[in-house]
Amino acid sequence: MRRETLLNIVLFALLPATALAAWMLDEPFIITLATKAAILALAGVGLNIALGLGGLISFGHAAFFGLGGYAMGILASHAQSYAPLMESPFLIEGTKSMPVIWLVAIVTSALAALAIGALSLRTSGVYFIMVTLAFGQMLFYFTISWPAYGGEDGLSIYVRNGFPGLNTLDPLTFFGVAFAVLALVLWGAGRLAKSAFGLALSAARQNPERVETVGLAPYRLRLVAFVISGAITGLAGALFADLNRFVSPTMFSWQTSGEIMVFVILGGVGRLFGPVAGAALFILLEHVLGGLSEFWHIYLGLILLLVVLFARGGIVGTIAGREVAHD
Amino acid sequence: MTDPVGQNPTAEPAILQLKNLRKSFGALKATDDVSLTLRRGEIHALIGPNGAGKSTLMRQIAGGMKSDSGTVHFAGHDVTPLSTVARARAGLGRTFQISSLAMEYTVLQNVMLGALGHEGGAMRFFRPVMARTDLIEQAMQALQRVGLENHAAKRTSDLSHGQRRQLEVAVALTLSPKVFLMDEPMAGLGASGSKRMTGFLDGLRSEAPILLVEHDMDAVFALADRISVLVYGRIIASGTAEQIKADPVVREAYLGAEDVA
Ligand SMILES: Nc1ncnc2c1ncn2[C@@H]1O[C@H](COP(=O)(O)OP(=O)(O)OP(=O)(O)O)[C@@H](O)[C@H]1O
Ligand SMILES: [Mg+2]
Repeated sequence: MRRETLLNIVLFALLPATALAAWMLDEPFIITLATKAAILALAGVGLNIALGLGGLISFGHAAFFGLGGYAMGILASHAQSYAPLMESPFLIEGTKSMPVIWLVAIVTSALAALAIGALSLRTSGVYFIMVTLAFGQMLFYFTISWPAYGGEDGLSIYVRNGFPGLNTLDPLTFFGVAFAVLALVLWGAGRLAKSAFGLALSAARQNPERVETVGLAPYRLRLVAFVISGAITGLAGALFADLNRFVSPTMFSWQTSGEIMVFVILGGVGRLFGPVAGAALFILLEHVLGGLSEFWHIYLGLILLLVVLFARGGIVGTIAGREVAHD
Repeated sequence: MTDPVGQNPTAEPAILQLKNLRKSFGALKATDDVSLTLRRGEIHALIGPNGAGKSTLMRQIAGGMKSDSGTVHFAGHDVTPLSTVARARAGLGRTFQISSLAMEYTVLQNVMLGALGHEGGAMRFFRPVMARTDLIEQAMQALQRVGLENHAAKRTSDLSHGQRRQLEVAVALTLSPKVFLMDEPMAGLGASGSKRMTGFLDGLRSEAPILLVEHDMDAVFALADRISVLVYGRIIASGTAEQIKADPVVREAYLGAEDVA
């Protein structure tokens, strides 16, 4: 078995093992941390499709994370106040059903990614970073100044949304839901990386001229990648909102974009399980270092610096060695 | 206007026709009113000293560089306004002077990319591409033709210069183009490699004509049905190998008497 495959299995087992152990020890807070890690990993898996496969340094993925969050917040708040979202020309009511909320989150963030991508992908390099950042900031300020859904204060949902047949109020069950989504998306992302699309997208990152020369358009490949990437991060946003039962403009902030990028870089850019390793380490550091000092971000920054300088492949790259895509 | 096609009225019709192409970089005229044609079944060699504008012209034809003026007609259509992607899809198969490959990929993956392009797109998201035995077969065939079949699993960045040239040609082969545009395919191949490539290109012209930029004069004189000489962006002569060898202007401007003896 390849070393990376082995490592992936370990990383995959890590979160459920932690959650189960915490459940047996009756430590619901640790289950919540494992759930948070799974959801943030999901956001990272989304970004990794744009960043790792496509080489698109999006500094605006908070836009999709936030849209997913607000899709949950808006639908659930209308459901809890029994006020429909709109009555004419047709009736749209709120909902407390996770599958419906996820679908709305995915579609909304995919459409946003299509619009943002269509414009930002006309630029490249540092301009691309700036344009994606600008879109994220636009949504951030929009939600702050939009009073209908809590404005700056955000929006609380009193009871976690439901999933047919499951008691999502139970921490371990909700962990199971989040982890199942992560597992499914990881599987899909793994297939994507090895598909014809993955081959062409990654080639466009390595050498766009080569891809054009065989008659494939890098712009189209990247746009599709950006949409898939945004949709996954949007789904993560909906789950994250459900974990906290709270959404606020912070989800749209550039710090959120930066954190999602940190998961990917810490774990290993372009590595399927990189975001899982990165998000798990991030949560661990946040709680170990965060317990020691209020300024734990300084240590996080130091660790990030060390990874970028001395371990370019992140955790996965350092342990598993050079990548063998499409074996 | 001198149109090389007019030289022989019974000749094959031109599949590629350049009319008055120009490209300047500031004050430098890299190509200056270049017109030439490529007919079915022929190898048309484009020679000229370093910096003459040969690669610039190739880029103007393939679409990588917008011309200041002039037109490119290909297979009966004016492709001048088309992008590189559209021109490749229309059947222009190009190799680069400085290899342009996906360096992290294996040799086979690079050729697979060509096979995907030929298939018409890469919008398939689920099935592992390396399980596509039909595409792998096409790719391996192309590698075999250029003699790289034993290096299929090698990482492209580990290839020698010459092998990268061969790989460029293999990728172009998977596209089954209507025309090949080859920019110095022999560079870095060594004597035996050049000989092999010369033999290969000789046979290839019956599949699709080749516009060949090449510094290796032995190969050019062995292969070319017609030769055009580019100097300072202008075509100063155009004709058969014999005509070019005998042309006093060419001898003075480019070949140097001893090369042609
Ligand atoms: N993008 C560019 N910007 C500015 N000048 C350029 C550019 N590309 C080419 N040139 C200049 O145009 C001229 C023609 O270059 P080109 O590469 O077409 O020559 P060439 O005939 O292919 O030469 P060689 O035999 O060395 O490959 C050169 O003087 C070169 O410096
Ligand atoms: Mg050149």
